[in-house]
Amino acid sequence: MSRVVNVVVAGLGGQGAIKASDILADAACRAGHDVKKAEIHGMSQRGGSVTSDVRFGEKVLSPMVPRGEADFLVVLDPDQVEVNRPVLRDGGLVFGPDFVDEKTLTNRKSLNVALLGALSHHLDIPEASWLEAVRAALPERLHDVNEKAFRVGRATAARAAKP
Amino acid sequence: MEAGGQAAKSAPRQLLSGDEAVALAALDAGVALGTGYPGTPSTEILESFDALGGRAQWAPNEKVALEVGLGAAFAGARVLVTMKHVGVNVAADPLFTAAYTGVSGALVLISADDPGMASSQNEQDNRRYAVAAGLPMLEPSDSQDAYDFLVAAMALSERVKLPVMMRMTTRVCHSKTLVERRGGLPPAKAPTYERDIPARVMVPGYARPAHRKLRTRLAEVQKEHERSPLNLWKKGDPKLGIVTHGITWEHVQEAAPGASAFRVGTSWPLPVERLRQFAASVERCLVVEEGDPVLVEQLRAAGIPVEGKPEMYRFGELSVERVKRIVAGDTSPEPPPLKATPPRLCDACPYHPVYDTLRRLDCIVAGDIGCYTLGVMEPYRAMDTCVAMGASMGVGLGLRHVLPEAQARRVVSIIGDSTFVHSGINGMVEMVYNPPSTGHVVIVLDNGTTAMTGQQEHPGTGRTLDHDATGKFSIEGFARACGLQAVDVVDPVADPGGFEALLKQRLAGGQLSLIVARRPCILAAADIRKFEKVNAEKAAAGCRTCGASDEVAISSGLTVLDGRKGKA
Ligand SMILES: Cc1ncc(C[n+]2csc(CCOP(=O)(O)OP(=O)(O)O)c2C)c(N)n1
Ligand code: SF4
Repeated sequence: MSRVVNVVVAGLGGQGAIKASDILADAACRAGHDVKKAEIHGMSQRGGSVTSDVRFGEKVLSPMVPRGEADFLVVLDPDQVEVNRPVLRDGGLVFGPDFVDEKTLTNRKSLNVALLGALSHHLDIPEASWLEAVRAALPERLHDVNEKAFRVGRATAARAAKP
Repeated sequence: MEAGGQAAKSAPRQLLSGDEAVALAALDAGVALGTGYPGTPSTEILESFDALGGRAQWAPNEKVALEVGLGAAFAGARVLVTMKHVGVNVAADPLFTAAYTGVSGALVLISADDPGMASSQNEQDNRRYAVAAGLPMLEPSDSQDAYDFLVAAMALSERVKLPVMMRMTTRVCHSKTLVERRGGLPPAKAPTYERDIPARVMVPGYARPAHRKLRTRLAEVQKEHERSPLNLWKKGDPKLGIVTHGITWEHVQEAAPGASAFRVGTSWPLPVERLRQFAASVERCLVVEEGDPVLVEQLRAAGIPVEGKPEMYRFGELSVERVKRIVAGDTSPEPPPLKATPPRLCDACPYHPVYDTLRRLDCIVAGDIGCYTLGVMEPYRAMDTCVAMGASMGVGLGLRHVLPEAQARRVVSIIGDSTFVHSGINGMVEMVYNPPSTGHVVIVLDNGTTAMTGQQEHPGTGRTLDHDATGKFSIEGFARACGLQAVDVVDPVADPGGFEALLKQRLAGGQLSLIVARRPCILAAADIRKFEKVNAEKAAAGCRTCGASDEVAISSGLTVLDGRKGKA
């Protein structure tokens, strides 16, 4: 893959946006891509908006996704979807918080990983790399819940992509 | 492209933030001591260094951190000192003269700048400090650079016997990029004291030759920088050449892939002759730098004709989009930033009842910097000034000195626990020395942590950077020792009515008074309980390092002046 893939993850402080972008960046790294990840954090514990950019491919230069060039936008908070839409390129895909049915998640806190599952359906990263990255980022007691959430998201995206 | 910067494909690589890369490099470079004061975006450096097994400690403020580092470097150790850009202002006094004394070991000072003010009160460009103090400065562009440059900076410092500054910015500190761990430095010599009075005692008779020696050393460093592999010359289109630095190097390569480009890694002293050659090799030589026109001014002063960026790009961070505009000479209005939701106090934050009271009592609030600055937001709007850490104390006193009495009596200084220890202490000394005729009321918001920067320990928590028990500074003990007339400790959440009644009384009293509003930060409370439990268990098991040390430290501050014992 020579083209750089651009993903923006957005949410409010405490929803797991940064954790999600960490997992994505790690998975891309495990899959052998060059990866860069940029975010502004520091005051995010108090409900302010957080966005994190992940770029991967053969060679990535700037760590920041230029506006209008994101291929994918993953959003954890319903109020942040429209605000962040301008980052997308024409034809870019959004995975908002309602993309996966909340009832199918054992724990609502794993929404971030479920949306990564949905995203994973569209990316050139082997499932094994994803699962390794999820496990590396989370304490052991959360592994099962999050692996399940990942599979739920991945299956939902596969169904949605079928004509 | 010349060597440096890029990681080899085959070697094992880790995805690290610039801060983490600096910590790893410090370990590999044999750094004996890391010291600093928290400040976004620098905080994670010492936390990571500690996690990797390095010796890292928080100082009460940046000046003390630098001085501790300097002492260790006088003794021959390799030292890392970290702070955010405004922290360098606090440390500037020893910094300028440390350029004269030099070091026996090595000392690298990280200045983490924040163009765009993601989490800061200003966007000062600390490249100016290197020039003003006369200290070499390096500037990495990504995490691999951060690793390589820290090792290079340590080696340079040890070789030329000068402190070296490394300037990072928010994007370099917090972005994660792949890092290959390369060989660090051979082990340093074991620290030992060698007396060298003319080099270390800066009385005028020794300082005058020391200044001359500094300039001679800098001339040597300048020659080294002319050949340094940290500067990159990318040969491209001879029509356009771009001189750049730091993170902007990455934006430039993406925004103008065909252009010739020169990445300045050794920001000061500048490799002027190489830049002269570069500028001569292209038709249009454009300087794309983030922040102040520091490179442009120096190049022009050296007689190198270069084009700078339009003034509108002095403000905020640069990006691929903005670099494209600069290259195109586009000064049309930029698209507005995406709407961001501002941070606010956590719902269960212990500060809510305090600000609610301040608003209802219509206080004039000299504020300070920390989570509690968010008291300026709706629904409270209960902060009237915020300038620099510790400034609430002096500003409150100044207001009291000159305002008409009815207004003066409404003035309150409000300050966090970490901020009080950082630089509020001096303001309290001023308060007893030059008391306003209406007295004064100081409120210390003691939430048991440095919440703003991610919950670091500080001297008032009685725990070290890695949460072990140590001597504990008592805020109220200090105030009593200063001779304040009224010192109270209250829990504003357990008894908001009591807090309000007390504040009313103190405002009317006309005395010098301190109210410590003590209640843990809701996000830190569980961790604090855990640390306390672990430390109590250690003490019970007879751990000598933590034992009864807090009691001793608390009471020693108090017994001297008011005969009371350890009333914390
Ligand atoms: C000179 C300087 N150093 C560091 C900082 C970064 N900083 C801002 S507020 C703060 C401390 C906040 O802690 P505290 O006073 O306990 O308030 P809290 O955030 O817990 O409410 C720090 C370290 C700064 N702004 N200026
Ligand atoms: S992090 Fe702590 S101090 Fe900061 S707003 Fe939340 S509860 Fe308050």
